[in-house]
Amino acid sequence: MVMLKWHLEPRLDTTTRQRWIHTIASVAAALLVGAILLAGAGVDPLEAYVHIIRTGLLSGYAVSDTIVKATPILLCALGASVAFRMKLWNIGGEGQLLLGAWAAAGVALHWLPPTTPSLFMLLTMMLAGALAGAVTCAIAGVLRAWLHVNEIITTLMLNYVASLWVSYFVFGPWSDRGFPLTPSFPKGATLPRLTDIAASWPALGGMTAHAGAILALVASGVVSHALARTRWGFEIRVLGQNPTVGRLSGMNHARLTLTTMAVSGALCGLAGMTEVSGVVHRLQDRFSPGFGFMGIIVAWLGKLEPWRMVVVAFLFGVLLVGGKEIQPGGVPQMLQGLILFVIVGSQFWLRFKIRVARTEPTS
Amino acid sequence: MTSRLGLDFFINLVAAGLARGTPILFATLGGIITERSGVMNLGIEGMMLVGAMTAFSTARSTNNALLGVCTGMLAGATLALAYAIVVVHLRADQVVSGLALVFFGSGLSSMLGASLVDQKEATARIPSLSLSVLEDLPILGPVLFKQNLMVWLGLALVACGSWILFKTRWGLVLRAVGEHPAQADSLGISVLTVRTVCVMIGGAMAGLAGASLSLAISPGWVDGMTAGQGWVAVGLVIFARWNPGRALIGAWLFGTLRRLPLDLQGVPSLPVFHNPNIGYFLSMLPYLFVIGAMIVGSRQALRRRLGAPASLGLPWFRGDRG
Amino acid sequence: MNRIAPSADPKDTTVAMRGMVKRFPGIVANDHVDFTLRRGEVHALIGENGAGKTTLMNMLAGVQRPEEGEIFVHDKSVQIRSPRDADQCGIAMVHQELMLAEALTVAENVALGLRNLKWQIHWSSIERSIEEQSRVLGFDIDPRAYVWQLSIGQRQRVELLRALMRGARILLLDEPTAVLSPHEIHQFLASLRRLTAQGMSIALVSHKLEEIVQIADRFTVLRKGRGVVSGVPTASTSQTELASWMVGQKIDKPCHDVRSPASDVEVLDVHDVHACGDKGFEALCHVSFKVFAGEILGVAGVSGNGQRELADVLSGMRPITSGRITLCGNDVTHATPARFLRAGLAYIPENRRTQGAVTSLSLAENLALKTYRQPPIAKRWGLSRKEMRSFARRLVDTFHVQAVSLQQPAGHLSGGNLQRLILARELSRPISLLLAAQPTRGLDIAATRNIHDLFMAQRKAGVATLLISEDLDELSSLCDRLIVLFRGRIVARFDRASFHRDAIGRAMAGIETSA
Repeated sequence: MVMLKWHLEPRLDTTTRQRWIHTIASVAAALLVGAILLAGAGVDPLEAYVHIIRTGLLSGYAVSDTIVKATPILLCALGASVAFRMKLWNIGGEGQLLLGAWAAAGVALHWLPPTTPSLFMLLTMMLAGALAGAVTCAIAGVLRAWLHVNEIITTLMLNYVASLWVSYFVFGPWSDRGFPLTPSFPKGATLPRLTDIAASWPALGGMTAHAGAILALVASGVVSHALARTRWGFEIRVLGQNPTVGRLSGMNHARLTLTTMAVSGALCGLAGMTEVSGVVHRLQDRFSPGFGFMGIIVAWLGKLEPWRMVVVAFLFGVLLVGGKEIQPGGVPQMLQGLILFVIVGSQFWLRFKIRVARTEPTS
Repeated sequence: MTSRLGLDFFINLVAAGLARGTPILFATLGGIITERSGVMNLGIEGMMLVGAMTAFSTARSTNNALLGVCTGMLAGATLALAYAIVVVHLRADQVVSGLALVFFGSGLSSMLGASLVDQKEATARIPSLSLSVLEDLPILGPVLFKQNLMVWLGLALVACGSWILFKTRWGLVLRAVGEHPAQADSLGISVLTVRTVCVMIGGAMAGLAGASLSLAISPGWVDGMTAGQGWVAVGLVIFARWNPGRALIGAWLFGTLRRLPLDLQGVPSLPVFHNPNIGYFLSMLPYLFVIGAMIVGSRQALRRRLGAPASLGLPWFRGDRG
Repeated sequence: MNRIAPSADPKDTTVAMRGMVKRFPGIVANDHVDFTLRRGEVHALIGENGAGKTTLMNMLAGVQRPEEGEIFVHDKSVQIRSPRDADQCGIAMVHQELMLAEALTVAENVALGLRNLKWQIHWSSIERSIEEQSRVLGFDIDPRAYVWQLSIGQRQRVELLRALMRGARILLLDEPTAVLSPHEIHQFLASLRRLTAQGMSIALVSHKLEEIVQIADRFTVLRKGRGVVSGVPTASTSQTELASWMVGQKIDKPCHDVRSPASDVEVLDVHDVHACGDKGFEALCHVSFKVFAGEILGVAGVSGNGQRELADVLSGMRPITSGRITLCGNDVTHATPARFLRAGLAYIPENRRTQGAVTSLSLAENLALKTYRQPPIAKRWGLSRKEMRSFARRLVDTFHVQAVSLQQPAGHLSGGNLQRLILARELSRPISLLLAAQPTRGLDIAATRNIHDLFMAQRKAGVATLLISEDLDELSSLCDRLIVLFRGRIVARFDRASFHRDAIGRAMAGIETSA
């Protein structure tokens, strides 16, 4: 009797080609499953995908819109990735983004006079946004570092607290004549957009991509450098991989937990600032379609490498812009989850080879 | 609605808290079963949403609430099966996969449920228990005997869960797999199968949680209607220290706190709560409660050295080195 | 010891393994090994570390798959592909790492193994039968106790009990006595006799000759993966004969006896230290000792008597409840690991892969762990990759770490190489105290010798060394003084002149207190 038996062999190394094939195959598989689900919801999947590409990518305006969406996603992804490097699960990017936006709005509308010079105003708003995000996330950091409270749950719960906090302000004290939004920011408190320089570059008229995109790219560079070439980056990597060895090497686990969470929160808070200052120009209820959560997915799909995350964030922007008009709603989110799910699950084939062997029984 | 901050107020609060806490109770019980077998499931929120949407959709089209509950559970279990394949068999990271599941679930439910929004009327619901004699009992009447059937099912499942976990072979096997999978394997237990089944039970329970929300506790389908209750359940599993009995306490406390702002606004003798702005802060309470419960839970766990199932979150495979 | 004659009839063979071959990368762990086990006998499988004893047993237990060879159980050819197959054949293996869930009770662990367990469990009746069975075997086991509350010896008995109650007829024991005190070993061996009396066949893996002479009916010797002798009756063999089969040609032990006297510069002063173990019970009690520059102080003891906690305390990883610790004149009583590091501590932890190195990071990064804060690797906030690499290159060359590249993950190194890497890192900066816990466990003879030489070189250079080890040979060849830990207390102290195996052994068993 001849038997077929299969067993797994770990792969020690994979080639770039294998990784590319793997990624493409995973995304294709996810899109295929997504197509089936779309068809089930009564949407023509092919049409939907073509629509997404067309409205998200195939014109100057489309690209500009995509960049607008990609900006906060990228900043949140950077924030998430910093914490994930240390195996700290900051799932609270959304709440940190909301509070960052809140603090920026506070500076723009209430805490600085509207006549403040634009540069100073914007820098203060960034600082306030980052600080608010950092403090929110640091609360979870403190609980994690000194009381060993699971940060996944605390950061998540703080999302809801943050959302209620913002609701209170936009419905209550900061409300514009009873509407659930604040008055518009003064001109000096908005980030410059492409359309603002349309006077000298007419082709850019109507394009809403704003300076936050540049800020996000700069942040990618800074994070990339900090992770690879600073002591802090080295320390969080060691502690993320093996906290015991890290502590034995003299690293202060609690303090690094706190600083890492604070940095992570600051980046997400900054995302909130760019969104209110560059896009919405006011604080309003539910202005974020879940950028903070998307950042987590992007961080993971970008394998926590800042430059890869730039690419993934852009693609997610395409998905978001292109998927916006597809009815029923929820399509981009469903696809994002699906892609992540399939890619994470299929890591298995990068880590293991399946060997099938024919064996003759020895007896 | 009561007019004073009296006994009636508290009886109503307790009763409403029990009802509000019921979906979370189901989800938490499911989480306990899943985690006891050594698998973390952060995807409860997504499973709950899909469960709520399918249950409501089925109940609406068939006018049969029971069928709705069943399909809701089936939908939860199906998502859980996908999750189990990915994390149990393909050994993927459980945190990330769980998150992905939440995304997928909330996107899917919002996509498929778009036509169901604002279609509350003329849909079959899970009825309330009606025992006319007992309803009039003081205190116990409103707290227990005017409740929805789902509340009773929740209480029954708590007892049932404890019994299964600690008094049956199945529960023993399940706990052993979570504590020491290699041992279970050497005694001929299929670790992967047990874990898959437990994840699916957890998914079915999350689906039940969703169904009880959309068919009983706050009937109807609203996009994202779970409002984080699935996440709360993940926290309550830790608060409950993986014990069904404590899950009941946690779920009830959470439900009560969720109900509190609504009830307080109806008390004329407390004008301070009539200011709607206070409501936002009162609404934060249940979430802050979960954080507080986690702090208390972690401190106790640290002090008494009791904690999570030993292999929680760790994929298992038989280490054949050759 | 009272022996009940096992079956001498070869027809009563319960297990026969013929021509077993198993290769691991770089070595042949089993090279055509034969092994037989008869009903009611204790068959010892002996050999040095790495001789292939455990591999042979693992193949019988389904943990590893043979590449060649046949296994017969009760004269039937069987394929054992998994622990479950072994279980079907009535084979149970007690590994060095015990297969018990610590958070469950004894009764729960045992019940898990019962084949006829009912759907609804009646705990009281299971507890009763456990009590009954342990009375028959002379065990003292409370079925309601949680496993984490039990000593290692008791846990082993729980596993034996479970195997028996599961109906296993063939028991494979992998170095069961390695973690027991002499007193417990005695009890344990006696219980094996009671098991064979009930018709069990036992294969006992060991490298302790005294035990084998005491208990085994027959033995098989492995050396470097080959069977030297197979199934020889113990009665006709002397202990010296056994020893020479086991070791082959005699290897000279490195002689470290030409030694300069230690200085009187006090490096480490541990004064009346108390500390708790992981479960919250006191693990160290009234521990006081000093280590001087240029000497090696050994800490002997059966594992689990406070050694791990002592290493934790002296590296800043575990808080102490009372007492005082001084390192090079600095009070480090409640110091963090970072302070210990600055005060000049080098630490070789017990577990290389979980405490000694970050297995997923590169060699270069691992080597820089203790020096990345100082120039030239540190550049203010930054880190120079170039300096890190050249620093690593120097260390790898000096300490002969065999590596493909500096960028390869440290986890890919073999045990000996990884230990050299850790030593290289720890000795890459000026130190005053070297703390080493089980530094040569699991290493081959050459690697062990290499590490011993490094220790002696450090001693010569004036470093104070605290060596925690279970290997008495290692301790007596290296140490200037020796302290013995038993249940968290120092129960005996020896000078090099007074090293006496028996006295140390008795102290390790807690029989005599001369401290």
